[in-house]
Amino acid sequence: MNQGAPVRRQGPPGAGTLKERSRPGRRAFSLPALDVEPVEVPAAHRRANPPQLPEIAERDLVSHFTGLSQQNYGVDTGFYPLGSCSMKYNPKVAETAASFPGFTRLHPLQPDATVQGTLELMWRLERALCEVTGMARATLQPPAGACGEMTGLLIMRAYHAERGGPRRKVLIPEAAHGTNPASVRLAGYEAVTVPANERGLVDVPALEALVDEGVAGLMLTNPNTLGLFETDISAITALVHRVGGLVYYDGANLNAIMGRVRPGDMGFDIVHINTHKTFATPHGGGGPGAGPVGVVDALVRYLPVPRVERNDDGVFRLDHGAPASIGRMHGFHGNIGVLVRAYAYVFQHGGDGLQEVSELAVLNANYLAHLVSEAVPLAFPDGRPMHEFVSTARELKDATGIRAMDLAKRLIDLGYHPSTVYFPLVVEEAMMVEPTETESKETLEAYAAALRQAVGEASTHPELLREAPVSTPVRRLDEAHAARHLILHW
Amino acid sequence: MLEAIGLASIDDLFDHIPADVRLDRDLDLPAGVSEQEIVEDLAALARRNRSVDDLVCFAGGGAYDHYVPSVVWALAGRSEFYTSYTPYQAELSQGVLQALFEFQSMICELTGLEVSNASLYDGATALVEAVTIARSGERTRVLVAGGVDPRYVDTLRTFGRGAGYEPEVTPAPLGVGGVPQVGADVAAVVVQHPNVYGLLEDVTVFSEAAHAGGARLVQIFDPTSLGVLAPPGDLGADIAVAEGQPFGNHLNFGGPYLGILAARMHDVRRMPGRIVGQTTDVDGRTGYVLTLQAREQHIRREKATSNICTNQTLMALAATIYLAWLGPRGLEEVGRQAAAKASYAFARLMAIDGVEAMFPGAPFFKEFAVRLPAPAVEVRDALLDRGFLAGVLAPGDPHGLVVAVTERRTRDEIDALGVAMGEVLAP
Repeated sequence: MNQGAPVRRQGPPGAGTLKERSRPGRRAFSLPALDVEPVEVPAAHRRANPPQLPEIAERDLVSHFTGLSQQNYGVDTGFYPLGSCSMKYNPKVAETAASFPGFTRLHPLQPDATVQGTLELMWRLERALCEVTGMARATLQPPAGACGEMTGLLIMRAYHAERGGPRRKVLIPEAAHGTNPASVRLAGYEAVTVPANERGLVDVPALEALVDEGVAGLMLTNPNTLGLFETDISAITALVHRVGGLVYYDGANLNAIMGRVRPGDMGFDIVHINTHKTFATPHGGGGPGAGPVGVVDALVRYLPVPRVERNDDGVFRLDHGAPASIGRMHGFHGNIGVLVRAYAYVFQHGGDGLQEVSELAVLNANYLAHLVSEAVPLAFPDGRPMHEFVSTARELKDATGIRAMDLAKRLIDLGYHPSTVYFPLVVEEAMMVEPTETESKETLEAYAAALRQAVGEASTHPELLREAPVSTPVRRLDEAHAARHLILHW
Repeated sequence: MLEAIGLASIDDLFDHIPADVRLDRDLDLPAGVSEQEIVEDLAALARRNRSVDDLVCFAGGGAYDHYVPSVVWALAGRSEFYTSYTPYQAELSQGVLQALFEFQSMICELTGLEVSNASLYDGATALVEAVTIARSGERTRVLVAGGVDPRYVDTLRTFGRGAGYEPEVTPAPLGVGGVPQVGADVAAVVVQHPNVYGLLEDVTVFSEAAHAGGARLVQIFDPTSLGVLAPPGDLGADIAVAEGQPFGNHLNFGGPYLGILAARMHDVRRMPGRIVGQTTDVDGRTGYVLTLQAREQHIRREKATSNICTNQTLMALAATIYLAWLGPRGLEEVGRQAAAKASYAFARLMAIDGVEAMFPGAPFFKEFAVRLPAPAVEVRDALLDRGFLAGVLAPGDPHGLVVAVTERRTRDEIDALGVAMGEVLAP
């Protein structure tokens, strides 16, 4: 059943860094001969010594990076149930479309008349995202979810500033992703934690006690970070609205609800979307993503500029004139190449297909939770998971000393990318599992079997877990040493 | 599967959601289509664009038509890289981690600074992060030289609304300079070299002024200049930021690009974003991990130095491959050719009746500003019909056009631009 992690154990002979492969005089580049007179850079500005970049033949360069790719595990390699990250299969058709020269070879400052196709794509995508989320208009500019959060919070700030003052506080549930409090602080607000109740949901009476006229807004995911739907959501958004606050939807978990529930219908005023989660744009090893932000009617005036507008004659334009706008969140228009992929995903699936995506994501998560919950219990067994679930290895740790991280490392040897571990922080020995809709029943069952095997080994062969992984190019790395003895370049 | 979990239908998975928030209709979107149909839809949209394969590109302003060698995306396009995520499980991510370590190494070498992170979103947001590093305690003000790209200043202004600062721009009527007075309340002085008009700034004068006042000097640089121009670290920059697109990334109508940020070692714990460090495994083998994570939002939450989570790893990988392909002599050659061709183009356009230098005699790198006898937007648009993207509008002068020339442009193309511009401007 298990053949070990499908990454190559060790590189070929002679591998190492590019610097170690460098030999004086070797080169890969070729450029046309200069066809004009050379000029001298003024002496005062000239670089004294050439930079010490690697010197390497193209053949060796290709071998180097191919070798590195083989030491990396992606969604294409296998199952990647990293909770809260929606590591679903990224359709190849999106890559094909995004590589059309009509998209890749466009300068960001070309006149509108020469980029009508891309502007129309942005215009259509904006409207589709608004339909999925129940918002009035959206900006596609934020290049990532965290930047989307900043965009939303600055919109919140601008809204309140026009009504007497920006206010002081933003409320965040205790299980929130770390970007939420970090964004709140950078937007000039104080982050105030909202406690959860024993069911893992927002403690509504506690929220009520925190809500006052100093509250600019509340940030929430729904389903929440534990994968549970906040069933009191209407009461929660009403509480915040009662004091004039706004409610922000962190779209990290949008993959659970498309076509079933819309943030706008739950009372949210601002929504960010992670296209690299919900709309299957590749995660890129840690970016690029895209973090479009949608808003309700009353907040449209604050959206970043430029915005894509359509004239009465059907011509599209970038509109820079919006006096109440918060301004610019990116040097140009955002991660357009990512948005082309998101467009391909949204419009290939269509409304029916997107709804099915969420339905199957929730079905897969519930089925997998059912298969593993005996081995690693759910942190909140009374709640029904949506698209992901949080297990806890606390009992296993108490009984055997084996921790969630050990299970994760053993899963690597059994051929899988592990789930998220130690997040959310509010669950001890947390394992957060998000299978996504693209995985087959067989894959889920095989992963569950591997996890059960690992849990069994915790009692019978604990060294297999403590010493794992052994099948990878390197074994457990000394992170403390890395932080104490910084080696950040060659 | 439903049976195993004790449910009768898919609807049962959602039946705990209160009825008053459920969507009781289908999404108002077109029905799904086949792969062939979505490709045709997107191909039709792409055809409605005029790309720089069709228009000869002299547009710059932070994004440039440099040649992207075949190896870059043949390798960065390997799906083991692009379908992975942030390397939380280091043992399964040595490929991306080592590539980012190599990226950081080459950025340090190019900039003459001690530490680089693993990339940010783009040049403008990298400047925001640099300013955030510099601001602390009583030092809150941010002074910006007049030659800094206004889009960067706009981006600073947006983020400053949250952080509580307003960038203060010192005018530069001669196109360069505008060295500010630096008091004890100033956190950062920002200068761009080469600047928004393509002109070479005397960065050392800015860094001396900043340092005399106890502030940090932030330099925005053009990455393709660093084979020929002195590195920011040698000019006194404490933090150097750049738009990294010219390193192997396609124009993509503005993104995805990558922000480059390098700094001095004493700022390492204030740096934003991911940083990769070298370490060893339990068997003593060399390996790579995300390090100094105690700075980051997932650990420090509201006390984090930045909210960066996902950044632009794939673009940094492309930049790393591009730099390895060029090597030291290739990077120098790109800079030499761009400078020579820009100089040739400048002379060619100066020969047209009525065209003047916006800043006569000021040295430039690969981009220069001309003053046209007609509104620049009209000239630019007229040149579209003749097959040229002639430049970008110069800030502060409706008759100003900034023309960028990379190693990709040929003498024939430059001559043809000169002829076409002459015809457009002919009385």
